[in-house]
Amino acid sequence: MSTEPIDLSRNGNDVGTIGDRLARYIFFGCAAVTIATTLAIVLVLVNGATDFFSTVSLTEFFTGTDWSPRAADNPSFGVLPLVWGTLMITVGSALIAIPIGTLTAIYLSEYASSRVRRVVKPTLEILAGIPTIVYGFFALSFITPILQQIYPGTGTFNAAAGAIVVGVMIIPMVSSISEDAMSSVPDSLRNAAYGLGATKFEVSTQVVLPASLSGILAAYVLAISRAIGETMAVTLAAGALAQVTMNPFAEIQTMTAYMVEIGTGDASVGSIGYQSLFAIGLTLFAMTFLMNVLSMWIRSRYREEYQ
Amino acid sequence: MSTNTDTSTTTTTTTTTSTGGDPDGFDPDGNGFDFDGSSIKRKHQLGTIFLGLCFAATMVGIVALVALLADVLLEARGWLTWEFLTYPPSQIAENYVPSNYGDLATGPGGMYPMIIGSIYLIIMTAIFTLFLGVGAAIYLEEYAPDSSLTRFIEANIANLAGVPSIVYGLLGLAVFVRAMQTGASLIAGALTLTLLILPIVIVQSQESLRAVPDSMRQASYGTGATKWQTIRNVVLPEAVPGIMTGIILSLSRAIGETAPILMVGAATTMFTPPDLTDPTGSFGAMPMQIYEWAKMPEAEFQHVAAAGIVVLLTILLLMNAVAILIRNKYDKRS
Repeated sequence: MSTEPIDLSRNGNDVGTIGDRLARYIFFGCAAVTIATTLAIVLVLVNGATDFFSTVSLTEFFTGTDWSPRAADNPSFGVLPLVWGTLMITVGSALIAIPIGTLTAIYLSEYASSRVRRVVKPTLEILAGIPTIVYGFFALSFITPILQQIYPGTGTFNAAAGAIVVGVMIIPMVSSISEDAMSSVPDSLRNAAYGLGATKFEVSTQVVLPASLSGILAAYVLAISRAIGETMAVTLAAGALAQVTMNPFAEIQTMTAYMVEIGTGDASVGSIGYQSLFAIGLTLFAMTFLMNVLSMWIRSRYREEYQ
Repeated sequence: MSTNTDTSTTTTTTTTTSTGGDPDGFDPDGNGFDFDGSSIKRKHQLGTIFLGLCFAATMVGIVALVALLADVLLEARGWLTWEFLTYPPSQIAENYVPSNYGDLATGPGGMYPMIIGSIYLIIMTAIFTLFLGVGAAIYLEEYAPDSSLTRFIEANIANLAGVPSIVYGLLGLAVFVRAMQTGASLIAGALTLTLLILPIVIVQSQESLRAVPDSMRQASYGTGATKWQTIRNVVLPEAVPGIMTGIILSLSRAIGETAPILMVGAATTMFTPPDLTDPTGSFGAMPMQIYEWAKMPEAEFQHVAAAGIVVLLTILLLMNAVAILIRNKYDKRS
């Protein structure tokens, strides 16, 4: 927020012509669009989901283990296979991005010279700027063929390739936010530890890491939230077969991939397929919303204040 | 390499323990004091291993980036021709093979309509984003009182930035396409993308406005200018380069987004470019076509998809270059 001097000028200067007052209302209207967006998202999702749940019971949706909405005679709407698919991708990508991202952040913050950091950090952030559809292509044309050589039973579409590309995609989220948190740890803490005879390794892992823990955890949660909502890469890489399986080399379907399937399939308004979009969308929105709130809470609750 | 280090660590430790009363170690009582520096050496070795791990982890990201770009470029090599940029797509794989161009009944296959579609989409998104994003940022930085409503708006913006893009697609589908009855149109796609990038644009514009020194505002007020005159004549000109950089970077994210426009109903294949004078007509964009090609089982389409990705990434690169140029020019001035 602004500092004190602005507040002085905030009163009084705004009362001139009609144009001045009009400007204020117009700009407020622009800011209000963001509130309207949130309201609209919630309304649209809840409204669509209500229609859906008038046909399908909540129990069937949240506890059913069979997702076959297209079955003509007896469609089944158990969301668990889709949630399982999303979980596989999320856990797999977190297993890749969290260790690699954290170690990268330590390297950039504690070991690398400022010249190396100035080159490497933006280079890694390119990974976050590449369209997700490109990651999907990369999984199909590069990762999956490699996996098939290592483990011949790997399908064209498989969860492992999806988890790997999503993991790579979220590395910069983990590393950049963690690095920012580590860099904000004051040097006096490091120097105090060095004065006690600590090595650089001990300073990095026992002083800097705990001191920046809130920022690092917030980065993890944000990255996981991003992995949950990731769509095109997992649709292309992991496939469209909703099933609960432990095999990472098998085809799965995530919640987002199902939404793409219906979205391209041109489901007519009012059909159960169209309504199911909103039920799944609401589940997805609730999951990512909770993660985002958790991330903000971690940051504010456990933040170490340094002068 | 790390195995060697490990072995030497063990050796050092063993030696020290077995020769506990070593006179050179100055540990005659064997009471655990580390006089020969072996534990310090061990710590240093541990530190070296850790540094190696950290460095290796950093390289993973960089290697992945290089592998991704190399994979796309190699797959696209020889398939990215002038015809690919200037002709509409084709259902037949053979039509994309450059060596076949001479003897085709229907003409070469390309992605021209989708390139134009993406450009139209981004132009419209840019116009909406410019007004809404900068307007909201001006309100929050220059007008908003320090009230709970303002804090709520800012927390809400932070949360919106974390909503998955496909959910924005659902929003666009229900509000623009169905409720406002724009149909699966250019305007519905542009509005959806606008809402998607709005949170990022607002936050970045706020930062640019905040960077304008208060002394400039005070000087303007001192000459008798009103608030709006100050914003228009003093604050905005100063903040424009930063705002433009933020908007261009956000648009480069929007141009690669597939999920939201897919939900809104963008065409998977278009044979003529969308009509800018008819914003309610059907539309398509490059990522949709790339998705369609990447799904095709024929091996040729893998190369075609790669060629399409190279076009998309080149446009992204150009947009980023423009943003960086603006930022550098601005940095030199201040």
